[in-house]
Amino acid sequence: MNIKDSFFRLRYFVVACLIFFFTNISIAKETNIELLKQNWSFDGFFGKFDRTSLQRGYQVYKEVCASCHSMKQVSFRNLSEPGGPEFSEAEVKALASQYEVTDGPNGEGEMFTRKAKPSDKFKSPYPNENASRAANGGAYPPDMSVIAKARPGGSDYLYSILMGYEDKVPDNIKLEDGVYYNKYMPGNKIRMAKPISEGSVTYSDGTKATQEQIAKDVVNFLTWAAEPHLEARKKLGFKSVVYLLILTILVYLVKKKIWLRVEPKV
Amino acid sequence: MSEIKNKDKTTRRDFLTTVTATVGAVGVGAGVLPVISQMNPDSSVKALASIEVDLSKVKEGQEITVLWRGKPVFIKRRTKEEIQKAQQANLNDLKDPQDDKLRVKKGKDEWLVVLGVCTHLGCVPIAGKGDYNGWFCPCHGSHYDTSGRIRKGPAPTNLEIPQYEFVSNDKIKIG
Amino acid sequence: MNDQTSKTSKEHFEPVHTNKVGGSPFTGVTGWIDNRLPIIRMFRHEYLDFQVPKSLSYFWSFGGILTICLLLLIVTGISLGMHYKPDANQAFDSVEKIMRDVNFGWLIRYAHMNLASFFFIAVYLHIFRGLYYGSYKEPRELMWLLGIIIFFLMMATAFLGYTLPWGQMSYWGATVITNLFSAVPVVGDFIVTWLWGDYAVGDAALNRFYVLHWLIAFLIVGVVVFHVIALHIVGSNNPSGIEPKDTRDTVSFSPFTTSKDLLAMLVFLLIFVAVMMYAPNYLGHPDNYIPANPLVTPAHIVPEWYFLPFYAILRSIPDKLMGVVAMVSSIAVLGLLPWLDFSKVRSSVFRPIWKQCVFLFVLDFFVLMYIGGAPAEGIYLVIGRIGTAFWFAFFFILAPLVSIIEKPLPMPASIHEFEDWKKQGKIKTIRLFNK
Repeated sequence: MNIKDSFFRLRYFVVACLIFFFTNISIAKETNIELLKQNWSFDGFFGKFDRTSLQRGYQVYKEVCASCHSMKQVSFRNLSEPGGPEFSEAEVKALASQYEVTDGPNGEGEMFTRKAKPSDKFKSPYPNENASRAANGGAYPPDMSVIAKARPGGSDYLYSILMGYEDKVPDNIKLEDGVYYNKYMPGNKIRMAKPISEGSVTYSDGTKATQEQIAKDVVNFLTWAAEPHLEARKKLGFKSVVYLLILTILVYLVKKKIWLRVEPKV
Repeated sequence: MSEIKNKDKTTRRDFLTTVTATVGAVGVGAGVLPVISQMNPDSSVKALASIEVDLSKVKEGQEITVLWRGKPVFIKRRTKEEIQKAQQANLNDLKDPQDDKLRVKKGKDEWLVVLGVCTHLGCVPIAGKGDYNGWFCPCHGSHYDTSGRIRKGPAPTNLEIPQYEFVSNDKIKIG
Repeated sequence: MNDQTSKTSKEHFEPVHTNKVGGSPFTGVTGWIDNRLPIIRMFRHEYLDFQVPKSLSYFWSFGGILTICLLLLIVTGISLGMHYKPDANQAFDSVEKIMRDVNFGWLIRYAHMNLASFFFIAVYLHIFRGLYYGSYKEPRELMWLLGIIIFFLMMATAFLGYTLPWGQMSYWGATVITNLFSAVPVVGDFIVTWLWGDYAVGDAALNRFYVLHWLIAFLIVGVVVFHVIALHIVGSNNPSGIEPKDTRDTVSFSPFTTSKDLLAMLVFLLIFVAVMMYAPNYLGHPDNYIPANPLVTPAHIVPEWYFLPFYAILRSIPDKLMGVVAMVSSIAVLGLLPWLDFSKVRSSVFRPIWKQCVFLFVLDFFVLMYIGGAPAEGIYLVIGRIGTAFWFAFFFILAPLVSIIEKPLPMPASIHEFEDWKKQGKIKTIRLFNK
């Protein structure tokens, strides 16, 4: 009876674990297709961002994406803070001053424009969502600040979308005006035309601007934009886990010593 | 023999407990740190800790007010008479004696940069009023001179000079 | 003629002593305080010398773990509250500000968010312990009921807290769940409008959800105090289900149970920190990083994982009102367990049939959790209905039936005899959670 008991228990426990595991798979079912998985430098317990990739990624965002997609939560000064692209402060000042932002009211009660400062947030292409929709045929190019966290599959998903445009559209898909076919978009229809191809940008550091490279760089940048403190988090995480392991072992030894008073046989 | 053994056991157990307690205390301290730290100014506030002010449009005798760290800063381009009056004041007459030269930057004594906060209880003094041609605080009647020094009234010290520097001939960085 | 003076010899007035100062075993400043407010001797009596069964397994540590979770949730919550803005136009951005600009804001936010999940992991294990070992039985019924009240308050607090970031799931989860009240006959719609303060979930709702989130969180603290006081009156249960009889059965709370609880807390904290630092968004839903949009409903509205079983039960019943009734009663029915299960034996260690029922119930819990995350159609709906049926059958059919027909295994006479039997291999307990 005893062995049977533990066997039963084990079986239930295993089944319960499997079910719990499958609960998470059900979210993947929504996307229906295997994403193009990449080995990102920021993955894993010791993940870090590739600084030059982030800098190139910013260039891609600025030259290609920013004409339609805002990134309102990111400030220019973030570009020089540790853990990110780490442009110099002078570079950031120069980057910011390329944009005009509205400020005010001034002494006369009027709003005025001035050059952006590092403390300002990234300038949005449109003043609000309605303007954005009006300019894009009713579709709203989403804000990019946390897009890497706002989609199942995260960075892999973003990369897959950028690489997922195909010229040959399957027969069962009918595309309306202004809608394009994308292999990895849920529903396969996307309102954004293919944004990047080989040579869409010219990298100043001489890196070959293949479509894959551009996609990787901008996805790296978007991931940083969503999680600017990723490196600090993983670093602190490592220290905390090691510390807690040590403390747990110490407390375990103290506990064993204390309980020896009750039962000398451990 | 067993007595010595017991003694060893006791000191070893105490040592272990002490080490564990210390390691634990370090962790608790480290855990409390973020909670205390989050109340400190966040990075968006710290980014505005310094501002740059363009002085090119300020004419002689004119004064502008800018907001810095939530407080008004008076930037006055003093006339020759105002500078003279400030430099010739008798230090013995001052409640808070301070030479005008110490309140301006070298070679730039026509520019006076002071915090527009009365040192009495924090009201904003009014420019161009008062008996000393400087500022007058309406709350309790403090009079400041053309160097922002307290002359008459309950304020204990001169108007504070914030940390600033000339980053170019007509631009200053405050903070 | 003065009545008082002439009748003093006949009338007797009871002496009254309102001054109860004294009785403290402490001296000095400690004694001075303790004589006037006996908290120091109370602390020693309740938390140091208190006698506790020596057979407690690590399953008993979850109470302490839950207390730590509650404390940390309050500390991180207060820290977040200093920066969060409960305005529909500012909420999402204020959370991003916390994540980006506030010193360690990302740490505090991720901690608070994942602590909520771990709070529920701990509470489910805590409840499982109660179910398996019969902790709900006489004389601990009231403690059990207080626990169920705490559980309801926890769910309310968690639901309200989840709306605060004002993401898509926040908004639509709030809409779906508050809309449930429209199922109440006659006054349903009025209740919903009253809850919202508007004709839809919006700024008015968000503001009051913020206040209520704080309020109910502190209500939990209050009920927990009563829950623990009740515990100190009835004493802890233990894996044998046998009450302690003499000092061979017990150990003092400190340092034995305290050191054991501390170890359990650290292991729990280790797992929590690992998840929070390396997979902080794993237990959440990506849609909540999309700002709330009243015009677009997400493809699948899913509550947080800890609500999934009850969400499955809700969707199993085709009728709106009965679905709500089923969902609420699926939890409330736990409160009837002390009376539905009237076996005189507490612990499932000695109840071979009830033990299997409890494991089936746990399996059902996980099945319903999976169903809750799946679309409410086809085979998922069928399984969900079977799962719901079994849930209620467990309480209303299995509990009384098993109480009647089950023949319990031979039981030891005392806790220390239980410990001996364990060493001799006569009984097997869930080994993972033993010393």
